[in-house]
Amino acid sequence: MKTIAYIVQKEFKQIFRNKGMLPIIFILPILQLVILSNAATYEVKNIKFAYIDSDHTSTSRELVEKFNASTYFNVLADFDSHDQASSAMLAGDVDVILEIPNNFERHLLKEKKASLSLIINAIDGAAAGVESGYVNQIVQNYNQNIKTELMDASQKAVQPVSIVSIPSFWYNVTLDYKTFMVPGILVLLVTMITLFLSGMNIVREKEIGTLEQMNVTPIRKSQFIIGKLFPFWIIGMGLLTIGLILAKVIFNIPMVGSLLLLYGYTSIYILVVLGMGLFISNFTDTQQQAMFISWFFVVIFILMSGLFTPIESMPKWAQIITEFNPVKYFVEIVRMVLLKGSGPLDILPQVLKTLLYAIVMNGLAVWSYKKVS
Amino acid sequence: MGISLSNISKSYKKVKAVQDISFEVKPGELFGLIGPDGAGKTTLFRILTTLLTPDQGTATVTDLDVVKDYKSIRKSVGYMPGRFSLYQDLTIEENLTFFATIFGTTIEENYDLIEDIYVQIEPFKKRRAGKLSGGMKQKLALSCALIHKPKVLFLDEPTTGVDPVSRKEFWEMLKRLQKKGITILVSTPYMDEAALCDRIALIQDGSILDIDSPEKIVEKFPKNIFNVKANNMYKLIQELQSYQHSYSVYPFGEFVHYTDQRDAFEIKDLQSHLKNQGLDNIIIEKTQPNIEDAFMELAK
Repeated sequence: MKTIAYIVQKEFKQIFRNKGMLPIIFILPILQLVILSNAATYEVKNIKFAYIDSDHTSTSRELVEKFNASTYFNVLADFDSHDQASSAMLAGDVDVILEIPNNFERHLLKEKKASLSLIINAIDGAAAGVESGYVNQIVQNYNQNIKTELMDASQKAVQPVSIVSIPSFWYNVTLDYKTFMVPGILVLLVTMITLFLSGMNIVREKEIGTLEQMNVTPIRKSQFIIGKLFPFWIIGMGLLTIGLILAKVIFNIPMVGSLLLLYGYTSIYILVVLGMGLFISNFTDTQQQAMFISWFFVVIFILMSGLFTPIESMPKWAQIITEFNPVKYFVEIVRMVLLKGSGPLDILPQVLKTLLYAIVMNGLAVWSYKKVS
Repeated sequence: MGISLSNISKSYKKVKAVQDISFEVKPGELFGLIGPDGAGKTTLFRILTTLLTPDQGTATVTDLDVVKDYKSIRKSVGYMPGRFSLYQDLTIEENLTFFATIFGTTIEENYDLIEDIYVQIEPFKKRRAGKLSGGMKQKLALSCALIHKPKVLFLDEPTTGVDPVSRKEFWEMLKRLQKKGITILVSTPYMDEAALCDRIALIQDGSILDIDSPEKIVEKFPKNIFNVKANNMYKLIQELQSYQHSYSVYPFGEFVHYTDQRDAFEIKDLQSHLKNQGLDNIIIEKTQPNIEDAFMELAK
């Protein structure tokens, strides 16, 4: 016990003396949380919008006015011809072009039917989908208004029953993406920093030759590994704390569930990450190698964690792969606990899987760590 | 209680690092492994300090088997690797305390053993190990290797890259440690240091050439050896090598060490031969062979 305590103490001394590493441990996560949470947004705003009004009626003008009124669209120009609009899109000046055809108003009034043509720059498919949704919403809204205006009192009796669905968004009432993103990014920073640091740490001893010196001492494998990894477990928990405080103070993220539960889960989760770090460092000889391999895994884990893209929309085989991704479980749990207030029973499956992962990963890591070659 | 190796072999993939090595180090002996870089010295050290398992053969350290009893061996040996491998970002004091704690002891407990060495670096004990000079690093590493009062001390090229004064001091320290009853196995590529050991093993390409006391090894040298000097060193070596009776020619400091194939060698013959080749200020005198000559002869 005394030996472990002394190794931990030594390890902390080294961490705090490493002037290059210290800012990375504490400043990077804060920057990451503040910048990424604000920047990584699904909302599409400031859409570059232009239109071609061939109708020139009050109806068409009113429709354009609707877009003007929307905060999502920047109405940049009106073009006289299709060609002009096309070249503007090619130049990247506009992203959405609405073409109102000739006789738009007449068709609408007489045949109760009219067509609009919509051209969207779909290089970013996700954004294009969102833009199309916005346009449709505005047009439909407007359409109903027209209907209402056209109907006079006598027709009220035969008015078709229109079904309106009123969605109610649970757990994130205002559909604020930050509420969704911040807990996820919290996961990202806890994972990244602890994996990199633990992965590089033991390799560093290999690099400077101290590992060999340690290996000829009677110190036990378990003592050494626990002594080396425990500081990073503490740092991981510290990062979670910093992250939660920032999430509350800066973003006012709702924290419905039990923080104790979140800490309890994180304490298991960090074990997985540390086991992974140790495993990587057993198979590498330099810090650079360890860094690259850690990066490789972190990138895959994060992209497949459901943090940025929903797992449900991944192909079946990819969904199976995500079952082996510990980051996925943490992302799920942090969102469930913070936003939904899930209890221990709700997150039990994820906890068990993480625990299993921790045992397997650390077992492999300890098994592959050899004092004798 | 010493060290014993019998028929030890170890290969790294296809490269044979050491082959069929057997020797014994008596308790309390200062034993030197002498050989050029790549001879297999470090491999032997790694096997004896239980960092590497041999492919063949058995070895014991203080009567404990290096494979079976590796745990007990680690408690009773001190190892100083060739490369400085202490924590550069910890201070002298912290490094020493750290290794003392790992071995379950304290600095105070074994202070008498390291005192001689430690007093020299004690004024800098708050300085980080990475900021020390080569000689001071050496002393710190030795202190750390001694802090748990080992019975056997392994020193892998302890004086490589150390200045001549520190080297001399270091060997004096080893002699003092030896008097305290510690068995010491030391390796070095410097032939002059070999003479300071009780016994040496000359090793090359993973095989032992000879094991004996430095004096005996020199005595075994089969030929008369001559110091040769002239005004043009480069030409002298060339001429000696192309001389029909020459046996061996090695530059040695300001002289060339020369041996002749014939037993009835006359200095005059060589002198006139060299003069005919256009060399001046020729000096030829008989001299005593040293360990380097012996090594070169054995390695031939």
